[in-house]
Amino acid sequence: MASEEVKLIGFWASPYRFRVEWALILKGVEYEYIEEDIFNKSPRLLELNPVYKKIPIFIHNGKVVLESLVILEYIDEIWKNNPLLPQDPYERAMIRFWAKFADDKLVLSAYFAMCSLEDEKVKAEKITIAMEALERIEGELKGKSFFGGESIGYLDLALGWISYWLPVFDEVGSMKIIDPIKFPAIVSWMNRFANHKVIKNKLPPRDKMVIYFQERSKIISATLAKNK
Amino acid sequence: MGDEVVLLDFWPSMFCARTKIALAEKGVSYELKEEDLLGNMKSQMLIELNPALKKVPVLIHNGKPVCESLITVEYIDEIWSDKAPLLPSDPYQRAQAKFWADFIDNKIWSSGLKLWSTKGEILEEAKVEFIESLKLLEGNLGDNKPYFGGETFGFLDIAFISFYAWFYVYETFGSFTIEAHCPKLIEWAKRCLQKESVSKTLPEQLKIYDFVLLVNKIYGRD
Repeated sequence: MASEEVKLIGFWASPYRFRVEWALILKGVEYEYIEEDIFNKSPRLLELNPVYKKIPIFIHNGKVVLESLVILEYIDEIWKNNPLLPQDPYERAMIRFWAKFADDKLVLSAYFAMCSLEDEKVKAEKITIAMEALERIEGELKGKSFFGGESIGYLDLALGWISYWLPVFDEVGSMKIIDPIKFPAIVSWMNRFANHKVIKNKLPPRDKMVIYFQERSKIISATLAKNK
Repeated sequence: MGDEVVLLDFWPSMFCARTKIALAEKGVSYELKEEDLLGNMKSQMLIELNPALKKVPVLIHNGKPVCESLITVEYIDEIWSDKAPLLPSDPYQRAQAKFWADFIDNKIWSSGLKLWSTKGEILEEAKVEFIESLKLLEGNLGDNKPYFGGETFGFLDIAFISFYAWFYVYETFGSFTIEAHCPKLIEWAKRCLQKESVSKTLPEQLKIYDFVLLVNKIYGRD
C-alpha cells in the first residue's frame, strides 16, 4: 500500500488517546504518535480541534477525525482486518449505547469522586453513581471473555480504561469502586484485558499516573471548593 | 415479513422527534406509545426496556429495545437500508456527521436548556454559548448544498431539525432571533420543513412554548 499519513495526537495519561492507539495496533496500522501538552496547548491543537481544543486528534491523509469513539468507528471502516464492531445492527446499537453510557455516567463520577477531597458527601454520592453504572456494565459481560466475545472489540477498547485507570482512581481517591465481590465478571475481564499482548505493551507508567492524578485531584478539589 | 416496531415517546422531546423523522423517512409503520413524563409517571415498559437510563426515545424492534436517539437513527438506517440512506457512505463524511450530531447534544442542547430554565447572568452566558454554537454548526452548510448531508437530507439534518420546534422557546426566553445570527440555518430549516417526514413529525412551536411555561410553573420558575 502506498505510504499513508496516519497520525495520532494525544496525551500520555489520557485513556481516550489509548483507545485509538490500541485500535491501530490491533489492526497493524503504522502510525506516528505525537504528544501534546494539554496544559500548554499548541497552535496545532487549536487549529485541528478548534471546537473542543482536546485530544485525541486523528489525522488520516490530511483528514482530521475527532472524538475517540467516532475515531474508533472510522478506523474500523477504513482498515477492515480484525473488525472491532459486529456486523449485526442490533449488536452495534448495543455496544454504542454502552460505550456512551460508560462515558456519560462512569468516567466522570469516578473521576470526580477521586477529586472530592474536601466534600465527603459529594464523594459518597459520586461513588454510588459510579458503582451503579459499573453494575449495569457487569451485566453486559454475560460470561464472555471480552465484551467483543472471544476477542477484543470496540466496547473492550471503549471500556478499557476501567482495567487500568479506574484502579488508579481508586488508589488516589482512597476508594473501592472496583469491588471484586460485586463485580466478579468485570474484575476477571480487567485482568484478561490488561494482560492482552497488545494492551499490556501500550499502557502509561503506573507510578507516573498515580503522581499525575494525585496532583490533578488536589487542583480540581481546590477549584470545586472555590466555586461553591 | 411483519416487523413489529414500537416507539416509547414523549411528544415535546426533540430526541424522540429524531427517531420519528428517521422512521418516516424510511416509510416504516410503528406503534407510538406516549409516556407521561410531565407527571413523572414512567411506564413499567420504559423502566424495563431502558433500565440504565429510564429515558425516551426507546425504539423496540421485534421486542428488542434500542435507546439513545442518535443510536436509534443509525440503527434505523442500518436495518431499513433499502431506501433513503441517512448516513453518508464515505467514512470521513460519516465521522463528520457523528461529530457534529454529538456537538448538538453537548453544546446546543445544554445551552438551549438554560435559556428557558435560568435567569440573569447564567441565562446571558448560555445565550452567548448557544449563538456561538449555532454559528459553528451553520458553518457546515456550504453554499452549494441544500442539506448538511449534501444533496440529500440525512443524519445531521435529522439531528438538528428536531430542535426546530423549540426555536420559538429559545428566541422568546433569550430575547433574540436565530435568523439575525444564523440566516442560513433558518433557510435550511425551512427547506427541511418541506419534507413530510419533518412537517408531520414536529410539534407546533407554540405548543412547545406552552409546555415550557407549564414546566417552569411546576418547578416554581415563573
